[in-house]
Amino acid sequence: MSLFDSKFSTACPGCGQEIAAKIVVDIAGKNTIISNATGCLEVFSSKYPDSAWKVPWVHSLFENSAAVASGVEAALKHLGKLKDIKVIAQAGDGGTADIGLQALSGMFERGQEILFCCYDNEAYENTGVQRSGLTPLNTNTTTTPPGKESVGNTRPKKPMLEICAAHKIPYVASASIGFIKDLKDKVKKALSIRGPKYLQIFVPCPLGWRHGPELTMKIAKLAVETGLYPLVEFENGKLTSAMKIPQPKPVEEYLKLQGRFKHLLKNKQELQRIEETAKANIESFGL
Amino acid sequence: MKRFLEGSRGVAEAIRLCKPGVISAYPITPQTHIVEDLAQFVADGELKTEFVNVESEHSAASVVLGALATGVRAFTATSSQGLLLMGEVIYNIAGMRLPLVLTCANRAVSAPISIWNDHQDSLAMRDTGWIQLYAENNQEALDFHIQAYKLAENKEIMLPVMVCMDGYILTHGYEPVDIPEQKKVDQFLPPYNTSYKLDPSHPITMGHLAEPSCYMETRVDIQNALNRALEMIPQIAKEFGTVFERNSGGLVESYRLEDAQYVLVAKGSLAGTIKEVVDNLRKKGKKVGMLRIITYRPLPVEAIYQALKNIPNVGIVEKAISLGAFGPLFTEIKAIFQNKKGNPKISGFVAGLGGRDITRETVERIFSKIEKRQMDLEFIDVKQERLNEFVRF
Amino acid sequence: MKELKIYARAGQGAITSAAILGQALFLEGKYAYAFPNFGAARMGAPMNAFLRFDNKPVRAHCQVYSPDYVVIIEPALTKVLDCFKGLKEEGIVVINIRKGEELPCLDKQRVVGISAEEIALETIGKPFANTPLLGAFAKATGQIKLESMLKAIEMHFSDKKEILEKNLEAARKGYEAVNETAI
Repeated sequence: MSLFDSKFSTACPGCGQEIAAKIVVDIAGKNTIISNATGCLEVFSSKYPDSAWKVPWVHSLFENSAAVASGVEAALKHLGKLKDIKVIAQAGDGGTADIGLQALSGMFERGQEILFCCYDNEAYENTGVQRSGLTPLNTNTTTTPPGKESVGNTRPKKPMLEICAAHKIPYVASASIGFIKDLKDKVKKALSIRGPKYLQIFVPCPLGWRHGPELTMKIAKLAVETGLYPLVEFENGKLTSAMKIPQPKPVEEYLKLQGRFKHLLKNKQELQRIEETAKANIESFGL
Repeated sequence: MKRFLEGSRGVAEAIRLCKPGVISAYPITPQTHIVEDLAQFVADGELKTEFVNVESEHSAASVVLGALATGVRAFTATSSQGLLLMGEVIYNIAGMRLPLVLTCANRAVSAPISIWNDHQDSLAMRDTGWIQLYAENNQEALDFHIQAYKLAENKEIMLPVMVCMDGYILTHGYEPVDIPEQKKVDQFLPPYNTSYKLDPSHPITMGHLAEPSCYMETRVDIQNALNRALEMIPQIAKEFGTVFERNSGGLVESYRLEDAQYVLVAKGSLAGTIKEVVDNLRKKGKKVGMLRIITYRPLPVEAIYQALKNIPNVGIVEKAISLGAFGPLFTEIKAIFQNKKGNPKISGFVAGLGGRDITRETVERIFSKIEKRQMDLEFIDVKQERLNEFVRF
Repeated sequence: MKELKIYARAGQGAITSAAILGQALFLEGKYAYAFPNFGAARMGAPMNAFLRFDNKPVRAHCQVYSPDYVVIIEPALTKVLDCFKGLKEEGIVVINIRKGEELPCLDKQRVVGISAEEIALETIGKPFANTPLLGAFAKATGQIKLESMLKAIEMHFSDKKEILEKNLEAARKGYEAVNETAI
């Protein structure tokens, strides 16, 4: 039986985050305490008086899931229970890379025994699809709408993996729900390593990205296969593995399935810039 | 044992005796000496606690929130901007019903930046559901922390307590304080044991999403718990007196009110200065007195009413202002007397903002003011020549 | 009730001095409140520390405006500040005097100057004028016994044993110096 009871979840059909969160908690097992940031996952899993969580779970605020988890970890250490109980902090991309970045950096630097999972759906989906630091270049969000003077988000995605790796923590990795086995292996690996760990999981959002719920897994695969979302691992600050994509698929294949990129399809120049992003990833990570 | 100590050290000694399992703090003047002393206790092996150094007050408050949610007693201390930065978590801790004890080393708020004492910081947290106690001297600051844990952790209360002590005046002031024996503190304050915690053997969800169908009740619950605290605080003070053989704590303190005609109401270290002025004026035959608010939240409405109902002239002296309105305590005490028998003439005075010293002469002047006429708001010791100076075009 | 105001530059030990005096009085069964008035806390800025003491608990938490005693650790401050403002007529000033400098002249109050810096250099090896001034204060005012003062200094330096003896010596010499130079 899953430790995430979907009966008490109000997630949208095809929600990538729900799939990922369920995998993470089930691999972690029942001796786990989760600190969850404000966001979609928190909202759809903890509607009072119900809860989808079969493990102890706490939500405090948007930016402090890493700090709350730090307190849980310190308390378990004080009680002598840290060996038996795993601590997971989790947040969306905004709660991780924007408002939560400071607390996350603090948690890393203190070397605390916590796995931080970022469910990356590349925008503030919970509040209605606004741009975050992890929103990719040229994306149409409600705060980066394309128009006469704009082709969407003007800035590239924040290099969060490198930022985390620069803290020289034992383990930093990216995963995608399009590659379930890889994801599961990385969660297991992360939980077997002592010290702070960071796992960033690519999770499509049918509502925000404007695609059919049946396309979630396909899009999650294509993001990786085009080179736009590299699946990599860093250990102690060094890149140690990357999932190879010997024959990268054209980025249009990925973009054309999603409403958030629709405005780009006839814009050769901007498409080219996306293609270049993929190429740069392939080169720098050796995909 | 009686010792001559800095106020911050006294608080650190109290916390050591209360044995929190997790301490987390971020440095801010004038709170620093408290957490430095605690860090030293931990370094010397005198206190078995996890001392978590963090990157902000927001995280300090979040760490102790996490620790309490895991069922472990916790402590933090802050001041001024630090408390404001914690603000969001301050609400959260009360809303989650976690029994944190926090020291607020009272300090003014920016801008302009001021490291000196007033009560604007803790007053900004007045409506959060926290219990607020104000210490007059360092002995009280020490005692209140021990009482605070007992109060916060009571199953009928389960709310955080902010022990407010005047920055510099108390935190950096040396006074004789009696440090209780560990044995007595253990007798007074049992270990924190709760089933309301994150525990894999009984998994619970904390920090739910509450829809309009259930949010309001959470606020009524807090209000009711605060009302229960009004009964609990004097009981705890009484028990404290029995165990430690000294009077400390409670809701309010009446000072020479019996036949008083002119009474000032105050909080914190200022009350000591007022007491001295009261004694001096009494020697000159003036019928003056003082009411000290020890517990500001929950507001001891009945105790204040009973203390002041026969006093013809009352002046509220506050180190805080609700800008655009009045002193907060003035407004509240006026409200207490609305539609009640006995209606003192109540005046409001705002003094000592940003560390401006409230001298004995100032206090005497305020006494003479309430003899003359009622006023809702008067700023005390304002330099007229410095007004309109700050914004230059 | 007696009140003391100390003038110094930040870093010259004004708060420590007030705290040690308070400790000494506390040892004699008196009540004391020692406290600083910081400027923005940078090294070298002029600052005050205060001490208020009595045979009964001290309650007033305001600063000191009409001191019974003034202790001046940094004599140069007398040139830029009115260090004697509010000093009671029967008050006493205890001041560190540097070579070639004159004792300030007051109409009514007694001024006791000692070469505190020189004593400190001889005993501690560093120009910490505050310790000799503690001894001088005890002698000049008669408010504190030398033994209590030495005990208070000992308590302050309890974890710095290597410099304790030197500081005790500095305080003793400061105490003795009052006889020789008192006006």
